[in-house]
Amino acid sequence: MLLHIENDYNRFRQIIRGKIKKNLRKYISNGEMIGRKGKDLISIPLPQVELPKFRFGNNGKGGASQGQGKPGDPLSGDDGEGAGNAGNQPGYHIPEVELTFDELAEILGEELELPNIEPKGKKEIVAEKDKYTGIRRVGPESLRHFKRTFREALKRQVASGEFSYKKPQIVPIRDDFRYRSWKTITRPENNAVIIYMMDVSGSMWEEQKEIVRLESFWIDTWLQYQYKGISTRYIIHDAQAHEVDRATFFNIKENGGTVISSAYELCRKIIEKDYPADTWNIYAFHFSDGDNWSREDNKYCAELLQSKILPAVNMFGYGQVESTYGSGEFIDFLEEQFDEEEKLILSFIADNEAIYDSIREFLGKGI
Amino acid sequence: MEFQPIIEKHARDYGLDFFPVVFEVVDYETISQLAAYGGFPVRYPHWRFGMEYDQLSKGYRYGLQKIYEMVINTNPCYAYLMQSNAKVDQKLVIAHVYAHCDFFKNNFYFAHTNRKMIDEMANHASRIRRHRDKHGLENVESFVDTCLSLENLIDCHAPYIQRRQVEPDEDGAPDKDQVRKLKSKKYLDKYINPPDFIEAQKEEKSQKRIAEQKFPKHPERDILLFLLENAPLENWQHDVLGIIREEAYYFSPQAMTKIMNEGWATYWHSKIMTHKVLDPFEIVDYAEHHSGTIADHPGQLNPYRIGYHLYKDIEDRWNKGKFGKEYDECDDLKVKKEWDKKLNLGMEKIFEVRKLYNDINFIDTFLTEEFCREHNLFSFAYNNNNERYEIESRDFQAIKKRLLQSLTNIGQPIIRVVDANYKNRGELYLMHQYEEVEIDMKYAHDTLINLNSIWKRPVHIQTVLEDEPTLFSYDGQEFKGQEISEN
Repeated sequence: MLLHIENDYNRFRQIIRGKIKKNLRKYISNGEMIGRKGKDLISIPLPQVELPKFRFGNNGKGGASQGQGKPGDPLSGDDGEGAGNAGNQPGYHIPEVELTFDELAEILGEELELPNIEPKGKKEIVAEKDKYTGIRRVGPESLRHFKRTFREALKRQVASGEFSYKKPQIVPIRDDFRYRSWKTITRPENNAVIIYMMDVSGSMWEEQKEIVRLESFWIDTWLQYQYKGISTRYIIHDAQAHEVDRATFFNIKENGGTVISSAYELCRKIIEKDYPADTWNIYAFHFSDGDNWSREDNKYCAELLQSKILPAVNMFGYGQVESTYGSGEFIDFLEEQFDEEEKLILSFIADNEAIYDSIREFLGKGI
Repeated sequence: MEFQPIIEKHARDYGLDFFPVVFEVVDYETISQLAAYGGFPVRYPHWRFGMEYDQLSKGYRYGLQKIYEMVINTNPCYAYLMQSNAKVDQKLVIAHVYAHCDFFKNNFYFAHTNRKMIDEMANHASRIRRHRDKHGLENVESFVDTCLSLENLIDCHAPYIQRRQVEPDEDGAPDKDQVRKLKSKKYLDKYINPPDFIEAQKEEKSQKRIAEQKFPKHPERDILLFLLENAPLENWQHDVLGIIREEAYYFSPQAMTKIMNEGWATYWHSKIMTHKVLDPFEIVDYAEHHSGTIADHPGQLNPYRIGYHLYKDIEDRWNKGKFGKEYDECDDLKVKKEWDKKLNLGMEKIFEVRKLYNDINFIDTFLTEEFCREHNLFSFAYNNNNERYEIESRDFQAIKKRLLQSLTNIGQPIIRVVDANYKNRGELYLMHQYEEVEIDMKYAHDTLINLNSIWKRPVHIQTVLEDEPTLFSYDGQEFKGQEISEN
């Protein structure tokens, strides 16, 4: 049976991509995607994909059903919205669509006009993968290729005149057997790492951390799309820096002061220890409210960046979030010090709305 | 499937009467595709089929749902069976399918449907493809979207009744505006019939007549037909809207008889399986499948379950003569319970019921208080304060009312065109017949936009919100809602 569903399905995917693209700014700033993140897929609520009709709302609505319970009990399975449609009406719910992260990254790239990254490094590190592509004459029975074996036997019997149309019997002999064989394919892979640093001092509140969370989600999505198998490291700092895991990074609460150089120092150590700059693509991002402990420390930061970090990384992004406290002068200081530096990208993020443009600033250079 | 002719024979012996049935065994990919297309192999190109396919095939892969069979109302009937069904499932499903086909062929509400719908659907598909090639994908697609957004604005009972006599066009003859004068002597005439008063009366009458010359003359429930006849559509748009309307009418009897149709099929698969074709070793698998079919779904009414039990109840009542004046008026519960006149009319009765009824009059006629009690039915309603659905009552009348309410007009609001020349400016005025359930204004908002894009003039819908009659309007740019003071 030949059905055309493929065309309709592809058109449907095209339409949802269009709708997501149109609403991307909204999705980026409110973060509702992040809660629906799975391993490979992300689920996105998309009411726009529904065809509107005149239909009943909840007010005054009811129906009949069967089972236990007394008047006043909630309908089982009803948590407010959705259930409770009697008769032949389907349950109403907001339609959700699923996207792979690659699709999401493509949409992000198209909408923000992000250039593809030209990776550095000599692609020395290779990934290996077995692929069953070949055929050979010996092998285990579990890999026997029935069709090819049959064909060989047929060929032989026809050639030797054993084959008869009246009795089309094919008996393979030892020589006819064919087996699948594999080749090991090596694929050069660019290795990349993202190092996130975040200021968790007392002046960084939930709101500011939420911005960091959203930014890092989109940066991850994009860089993962550009480099397969990217690794990520997390550093938090107040007056001291620590390396932590992802969950801690986003949830920790600290109270101390702010010494930014502590984080840069740790970042430098991690790079020197684990990521030789000639084979690794290194991306470092630092988020802070820009209220550093002292001028001297500012200077030390600049020195670390200049001599150690910037030469090693593809790019260093500094995102400064708005805070009600403090001077927030660090971004101005960096601006003065590194006026001409291509690898250092500064972005001021006033609120959730500004994340969209900030991502464009960080990733728009294609380095 | 060597058991198929055997099951067919049993079905015929029981009196089921169906068109020839063509069975095809297909894999889940194919059945998901067919289900997305409403059972038809060729439909017009549209993304929503792709969306439905996506949901169905995912639902199967994730193990959330499984389609055992699909059967479509055509002659011959086509039935698709899922390849992965076990043998006992396949037997059950075949018996189930024969009963559906019997229902399609014999139920009154399907009498008007086109039994060559496969060809008709393919024809629709090629017409819409042609329009798409000529007028562009986006153009045609967005117009199809618009039409689909209005597809429930049909009059699902129209095929079965004549809504009104075709009236001869009354020309607005001026003599109709004549006012009857009182008898008087000529010289007294101007006192008995003062000219001012007569003129005023004439004026009033003529105003009334003009006001009565409304367009449409009578409120019209088939809004799609009204748009086809009166909206400023291009030829291809006219064709597309006609196609959507025709398909909506083709599918509407299935929605109107969901409980009856599924109940009938369940009744017969149960009868044929347990009396005739079940092998003893299959009994456990059969029982599991059957009880799954008629299981409780909390918060929803399972049409298989209620339909199945109602047919059995009817059969039992008519076998024992538990109907009519004498039975109804009997007060003695014990006598009623043991009532048995040995009439044996049950089988005859359920065949009659499957021929003449749809879900609404089926429930209205045969749902009894005893049945509600026995099957633990209750009514539920939305509680505004708690923002959830709650059990409302176990009272028979309340249950019946809610059930009928949810089945009325296939669960869709009843909406009519009452004036297509509102304010004498060609604006379209719709009236929602409010019956205690409000329409969803968020959806109404978007639907009005679509209606406006077809009508090309401002559109209005009158409804009731929080007990206040309200008029919602969209003029192509702005959306406006206001309460109406009725006078």
